Amino acid sequence: MTRVALIDYGAGNMVSITHALERVGADVRVATRAGDLVGADAIAVPGVGASGPAMRRLRRLGLARAIPAAVSDGALYLGICLGMQLLFERSEEDGADGLALLGGIVRKIPAAPRLPHVGWNELEHVGVHPVLEGVPERAACYFVHSYSAEPADRSAVVAVTEHGGRFPSVIASGRLVGVQFHPERSGAEGLRILANAVRLAARG
Amino acid sequence: MIPCLDVADGRVVKGTRFVDLEDAGDPAELAARYARAGADEIVYLDISAAADRRGTLLDLVERTARQTFVPLTVGGGVRSPAEMKAVLRAGADRVAVNTAAVVDPALITRCARRFGRQCVVVSIDARSSAGSPRRWDVVIRGGRDTTGLDAVDWARRAVHLGAGEILLTSIDRDGTRTGFDIPLLRAVTAAVDVPVVASGGAGGPGDMVEAIVEGGADAVLAASIFHRETHSIASVKQALAAAGVPVRSVPAAP
Repeated sequence: MTRVALIDYGAGNMVSITHALERVGADVRVATRAGDLVGADAIAVPGVGASGPAMRRLRRLGLARAIPAAVSDGALYLGICLGMQLLFERSEEDGADGLALLGGIVRKIPAAPRLPHVGWNELEHVGVHPVLEGVPERAACYFVHSYSAEPADRSAVVAVTEHGGRFPSVIASGRLVGVQFHPERSGAEGLRILANAVRLAARG
Repeated sequence: MIPCLDVADGRVVKGTRFVDLEDAGDPAELAARYARAGADEIVYLDISAAADRRGTLLDLVERTARQTFVPLTVGGGVRSPAEMKAVLRAGADRVAVNTAAVVDPALITRCARRFGRQCVVVSIDARSSAGSPRRWDVVIRGGRDTTGLDAVDWARRAVHLGAGEILLTSIDRDGTRTGFDIPLLRAVTAAVDVPVVASGGAGGPGDMVEAIVEGGADAVLAASIFHRETHSIASVKQALAAAGVPVRSVPAAP
């Protein structure tokens, strides 16, 4: 069974994510310190709110170093919403540094008609990646955010979503996967994406 | 398309104009069924009066979050950020405040600052004002008390204070299945720039189309027509799609 360390740093709906990951067959352990990441096939980083407080908590718990170390040891990083944004170098939101596992920054969604962007919206596939296997073009997922990532390497963008402008809604690069929406709240399509991520995490 | 489950003491109940309650089943089971059938969100409104309802409600929210993978909004009796936090931690995505926000409007701001405005839904029960066809009064405590507030003014003020969404119920139409109060919807959707959910009066797919196309609502909420299986979520979505309203298609479960 694929073991998922679910990072709990006091930001985010742990209940829904835990149940959704369990539903797709993962063995979920809540992780609050570096030692909890040992043996995990995947590290799920959820989160709502701003990058600054999130990074401060991750540093205080020793996770800001332990997470990149676990990823370089082969664990899959699954970033959800703010967890996806934390992959990047910096956020414009409060000038906070991220985990910098990917080049690029996080900015307020350009030309958005309404912020926060809350509700169901469609994924447009711009790349092919197993994390979207079985997910049809224009599948709707559930979003709650005001900021979005701008990866330096555009080839990491697997899907985009339109809200005023277009922003990356799914990114993948090596063992790093990020989704800007909430797969645990996106019905059957969300569960499929989580199932794909859990499958990708399993180490042969 | 949002099915609403009025819950009391952990069970689903549905009455007409907030009275004549009847038992309609287990909320968590119904919510999961609606989510699989294509509901875009689930709303629980806790109308129970029992003193120990908090525990029962939190338990229900947690049980629902285990098997329902669409957003969940919970309302009823939340009077403080601490109570809101407990409901969110149990697995709700948003909390609706109604009476408590009227009594203490600053509550909206406190909750929005702490949890983000997208978590704060202000639920407004509106009743047409006697003698004034284009005015609606805000009523509270399940429609028993009037407040002296004008519904359109209150909606505007609630958004100014931090509400991320307005759940607008017509008490005149609630449970009657005679269609939404379109003039009320129009007045409120024109006054605020956050999503407005239409509630009260859904009788069939045509009413939902009207609430969105004519009323300007961003989503429609209904209870009894789904609980009694008068209409399926799929049939309502088909009618909306046929009228040119964008709807989320319902995928098969993996």
